[in-house]
Amino acid sequence: MVRYLDQDGELLDDQPMSDELALEGYRVMLRGRRFDERCVSLQRQGRMVTLAPGIGQEAATVGAAMALDPKTDWFVPQYRELAGQLWHGYPLRLAFLWHVGHPIAFQVPDDLKMLPFQAAIAGQLPQAVGLAWGLRLKHDPGVVLAVFGDGGTSQGDFHEALNLAGVMKAPVMFLCQNNGWAISTTVEHQTASASLAQKALAYGFPGVQCDGNDLFAVYATVRDAVARARAGEGPTLIEAMTYRLGLHTTADDPTRYEPREMHEMWVDRDPLRRMQIHLVSRGVVDRSGLERIEDEVKEELRVAWDEAQKEPAPDPAYYFGRAYASTSQRLGSQLSRFERKGLG
Amino acid sequence: MAELTIVEAINTALAIEMERDERVLVFGEDVGVTGGVFRATDGLFQRYGDARVIDTPLAEGVIAGAAIGLAIAGWVPVAEIQFLGFAHNGFNQVVDQLARARYRSAGRFSAQVTIRAPYGGGVRAPELHSDAFEAHFTHAPGLKVVAPATPADAKGLLLSSIRDPDPVMFLEPLRGYRQVKGEVPDGDYPVELGSARVAREGTDVTVIAWSAAVQVAQQAAEDAQAQGISVEVIDLRTLVPLDVAAIAASVTKTGRAVVVQEAPLTSGFAGEVVATIQEEAFFSLQAPIRRVAAPDVPYPVQMLEEHYVPNAERVLEAIIATTRD
Repeated sequence: MVRYLDQDGELLDDQPMSDELALEGYRVMLRGRRFDERCVSLQRQGRMVTLAPGIGQEAATVGAAMALDPKTDWFVPQYRELAGQLWHGYPLRLAFLWHVGHPIAFQVPDDLKMLPFQAAIAGQLPQAVGLAWGLRLKHDPGVVLAVFGDGGTSQGDFHEALNLAGVMKAPVMFLCQNNGWAISTTVEHQTASASLAQKALAYGFPGVQCDGNDLFAVYATVRDAVARARAGEGPTLIEAMTYRLGLHTTADDPTRYEPREMHEMWVDRDPLRRMQIHLVSRGVVDRSGLERIEDEVKEELRVAWDEAQKEPAPDPAYYFGRAYASTSQRLGSQLSRFERKGLG
Repeated sequence: MAELTIVEAINTALAIEMERDERVLVFGEDVGVTGGVFRATDGLFQRYGDARVIDTPLAEGVIAGAAIGLAIAGWVPVAEIQFLGFAHNGFNQVVDQLARARYRSAGRFSAQVTIRAPYGGGVRAPELHSDAFEAHFTHAPGLKVVAPATPADAKGLLLSSIRDPDPVMFLEPLRGYRQVKGEVPDGDYPVELGSARVAREGTDVTVIAWSAAVQVAQQAAEDAQAQGISVEVIDLRTLVPLDVAAIAASVTKTGRAVVVQEAPLTSGFAGEVVATIQEEAFFSLQAPIRRVAAPDVPYPVQMLEEHYVPNAERVLEAIIATTRD
């Protein structure tokens, strides 16, 4: 298993990125963490819809995103990698709007190479492969990062996607966030495989396990996979070993299934804490610097949430005219009825 | 003009579009070297090479799903599902993903994708190769569903489907692939989606059908004529979007309607057509609308299929009955 930073924040190898970049990565991890905490709180106040926080998994998603070039490379998410998406350029304001149920959150900004969030587990993977295959066919330098979870590896779409990716040598990195749980189901109930990474062997390309709570390990592993993909050598499956410290969603109650001691063990492996210890011990930042970053992130969130609240509610007729490029006679008459009565 | 079978007309349309638009990719199971199990893609691999005509793994989900990604990358995918009966292996990718690509991204992305699939019974194929599953796809907003009955329409509608900015399920009449021949205009000949065709003019009863049932309806119309009943046959050609005006105009004229579908009766597309008639032409109706459909059981194996698929005799019976109501 690839690891650079042990759980006490001790560096085991040369740091694979500059100190500035490491600090910036930490900042985005923190932004993801505080965003999720804020949203869970807002959801508890009835101000947000059901949401799936990524608490505890920030190193896995930010580390992977840091290995991409956002000018050429695509980020294809499931729904628990917002921290990584923030690094890739998804705006915080839209992230808040996602959790209030505003459709604009799915309208990925034009200059951003990212597909919308995906609720169907592993449903994005065949699309990511098609996208990667299509980029290669165009001689486009871009590569595709497709993110999913341990539960996703049980889906037919996972198997079909990885199989085709291997055949087509598609420039795609499959990042599996193994966070230990698919809602309440453990990985042992998901598969009899010794690891999820080993599944890549069956598809004819490398599978690598890395410490998913170690920003440097994820970054270096994905960076190498990106290099392979760009060189035309095809896909890589990366299993980032992490842990869901929060809830599956705000509708979930982990106390029904999660052993207390397991939770506590993983609290000790918190990726944020690990980075804090490392950055301070290396002299990149001191304790007051960390507090300043905390304050700055808090302020960013406040501003973004304010902006999000200013977003006008969608026009009630929003969905007409977006299912097809042009409106058929039948849909047109449904729209005129809607406009007369204000009802669907 | 040349006389072509339906499968030849489809092949012609694919070749025209691959020549005209370099973004068009043809892929699916066995579409490459061998030219498709029905030869619909015959010669394309040899002409356009393995980058644009691709034999894929045997996996409908990723055929449909990859088409979405390819479209986002700027290609125009024309995927083949070897038989519609197996499209359900990729149902999530077609109905939940492809159909919604534009909608769920509020227009940031779209999927100019055509999925071709032969369907329908009557060729003594094995289990699941003959089912008429069109209604599973007409209930998926975001998709268009096209079901031609003639060689000319197969060519013209396929050209329009490939050029359409939205995803199209292009359902080809398996029984008609080689059985139905007809004059097909040469060269570029797009036929507009969403427009029905009057396959036969008449004044007493309207029979509405699509795909291979159109020929069944025409035979029944011929037989009815011998009994002094003038039947108008409407070939819907496109199920989504539906040509509501053409249906309403014909039934307003005749006052009687029979709707024919190959699929089992319950929840079939014929029910949608009947509902449309009663909304649009209720006060012209002189008799209840009748449906001719397969019974509500799965498609049978070969020795029983001629007793299952609606035939001209059953349609004629319904035509006569509706004139007596």
